[in-house]
Amino acid sequence: MISIRNIHKSYLNGQNSLHVLKGIDLDVAAGDMISVMGASGSGKSTLLNILGILDTYDQGEYILGGVKIKRLNERKAAQLRNRMLGFVFQSFNLISFKNAMENVAMPLYYQHVKRKKRNLIALEYLDKMGIREWAHHLPNELSGGQKQRVAIARALITQPKVILADEPTGALDSVTSLEVMDQLHEINKSGITMIIVTHEHDIAARTRKTIRITDGLITDIVEN
Amino acid sequence: MFDLDRWMEIYHVLRSNKLRTFLTAFGVFWGIFMLVIMLGSGNGLQNGITRNFGDMATNSVFFWTESTTIPYKGFTRGRTFDYDNSDITALSEGIPEIKYLAPRTNVGGFNGSSSVIRNLKSGQFPIFGDYPVFNKIDPVTITSGRFLNDFDLSEKRKVIVIGQRVVDILFEPGENPINQYIRINGVYFKVIGVFRSKRNGEAANQDNQRIHMPFTTLQRTFNLGNSVGFFNITSKDGIPVSVVEQKVIEALKKRHFVAPEDDRAIGHFNLEEEFRKMEGLFNGIRWLVWIVGTGTLLAGIIGVSNIMLVVVKERTREIGIQRALGATPVKVITQVITEAVVLTTFSGYFGLVTGVGLLEGISYLLDHSGVNTEMFLHPGVNFNVAVTALAILIIAGAAAGLIPARKAVSVKPIDALRFEL
Repeated sequence: MISIRNIHKSYLNGQNSLHVLKGIDLDVAAGDMISVMGASGSGKSTLLNILGILDTYDQGEYILGGVKIKRLNERKAAQLRNRMLGFVFQSFNLISFKNAMENVAMPLYYQHVKRKKRNLIALEYLDKMGIREWAHHLPNELSGGQKQRVAIARALITQPKVILADEPTGALDSVTSLEVMDQLHEINKSGITMIIVTHEHDIAARTRKTIRITDGLITDIVEN
Repeated sequence: MFDLDRWMEIYHVLRSNKLRTFLTAFGVFWGIFMLVIMLGSGNGLQNGITRNFGDMATNSVFFWTESTTIPYKGFTRGRTFDYDNSDITALSEGIPEIKYLAPRTNVGGFNGSSSVIRNLKSGQFPIFGDYPVFNKIDPVTITSGRFLNDFDLSEKRKVIVIGQRVVDILFEPGENPINQYIRINGVYFKVIGVFRSKRNGEAANQDNQRIHMPFTTLQRTFNLGNSVGFFNITSKDGIPVSVVEQKVIEALKKRHFVAPEDDRAIGHFNLEEEFRKMEGLFNGIRWLVWIVGTGTLLAGIIGVSNIMLVVVKERTREIGIQRALGATPVKVITQVITEAVVLTTFSGYFGLVTGVGLLEGISYLLDHSGVNTEMFLHPGVNFNVAVTALAILIIAGAAAGLIPARKAVSVKPIDALRFEL
C-alpha cells in the first residue's frame, strides 16, 4: 500500500538547514496496522505529514496505492487526500460551527455529494462509532472521546485506503484511550491500513508492528 | 447551484465578529452613499440651473444696438442707430443658416415698463412687441387662450398675451381674463391668452409679468415707426450659432454704415457659448464627484480587503483542516472571494438604497413644500448610474477578496494545520 524509499527532508530556518529525515525506507502492506514511536524532534510527525501529502519531501520516492507522490499540484494533492487518506489528529480538528453530522459529512462535500445524501451517510458512520444521538451537537458540546469518535467517523466516511492518526489518544484519559483504540482496531479489521504516531508504549503495543525513529532514521522495527 | 454549506460558512464568518463586520460594511456603505448623494446633488444643481433657461433654444443669439466707436463714411464716432423692418427681410433672406428670426421691440426701451390699468386695479409691466415665432425660441406654457399668430401681426390687432402674475394683479381671483380688455398707456387691448414661465424662481417671476402683443401693433400704437429694438435668432440644426452670429454682424454693419472693425456697435450675446461654459462646469463637477466618490469607495473596499486578510489569518487552521479533508485551492479561493463580494455587495446595496431614498425624500420635500429654489431641483441619480455603481461594487468586492484568498492557499496545509494564533 505504502512504499517509501530513501526519503530526505530538511527545514530551512533562516540560514540554518535542519535535516529532519535522513533517508527513510518503509513498506506498509495493505491492511497492516503499525505504530511509529520516537522522541519529540525525531521526525516521526514529519514522516506522517509526508505520508499524508500535507508536506513535501526533498529527495527519495513515495508511492501510495500505486500512485507516485511527487511534485503534485495542490488540487491533485487535495483530491488524493480526499479519496485515499483519512486523518485523525490529537486535537481533533473539528470545525466549530458545524455539528457532528456536518463535520463527518465534510469530505463528501468536497466530492460534490448532495447534502441530504452525505448527511445520511454521516449518520450511518456516527452510528457505527456509537454516537448517533450526538449528531446534532456542536463540537464544544461533546467530550474529548466523543470528539475523537466524530473525527474518526469523518476520516472513515470516504472509505479511504489508509488512516493516519497523529497521537489520537494524546488528549484523552486512559479509559477513553482504550475505547478509541478498540475502535481503531475494529476499523483495521475491515481492511483499512492504519498508521498511528504515538509516544505511549501501551498504545504502540496494541499495533501489529512498531517502528522506532531516532534522529531521522528508522532504528528499530518490532513485531508486537 | 445553491450551496448551503458555502452560505452557512459565510454567515458564520460574518457573524463571528459582528462589530468588525458592521464597521467594515459601514466603510463600503459610506463610500457608495456619499457617491450617490454627491452625484444626486450635482444633478439637482444642474437641473435647477438649466431650469432657469426654461425651454429656451440654446442655439440662439441676440442682437441690439450700441453706439459706434469708430468714425466711418462721414459719420462721427458715438453715433446711435436703430435696426428697422427692412433688416428683418434682409437677414432672413440673406442668411440661409437662420432657422428662426424673432424681431422684438418694447415700449420704453430695454427693461422699460408701462402702466397697465384694468378697472380699479393697475400695475407696471414690461410690454413686448413680438413675432409668433418667439414662442419657438423661448417657449412659455400657454395656460388658457392662445399665443400670437400671423394674422394678429398682419392685421395689427390690438390683442395681448399676458403672464400669470399680470392676471393675479389685474384680475379678481377666479375671474377669466380671456376676452377682457385692459388699458396700456391709455390704449385698450383684448387679452387672448395667458401663459406661465417654464423657468424657476426669480427668473420665472420676471417672465410671468410680461405682456406680449403683435410686433406691428406695438410699432404703430406707440409711434415707434419701423424701428426694431432687438433680434433673437437661432441657427438651423447642426449649424453652430456662432456662424450665424458672424454673418448677421457683418450684414448689420454693412446696412447701418458701421465700420467693419467696429466691434462694439452691434451688441450681441451668444447663448450657446454660455451654455457650453455651463456644461463644462457641470462636467467638471461630475468628474470631481466621481473621483472623490470612487476614492471614498476605494477606502471602503480596502477596508474589506484588510478585514478579509484578518479573517483568513484567524481561520488559517480551519482552512488547513478543510484542505486536509480535500478542499481544493479553487474551493478555498472562491469561498474567500464570495465572502468579500457578499460583504461589499450587501453593504453597498444598502448604501445605494439609502442614498437614493434620501435624494428622493429631498426631491419630494422640495416639490411639496412650495419652496421655490433657483439653484436646486429634482436631485437624483439615474438607473444606469445605480447599476454601474453596483457592478463596480461586485467587481471591487471580488478584487478585495483576491489577495486574502491567495494568501489562504499560499501556506502549506501542514503549516496551516499547525498554525496557532
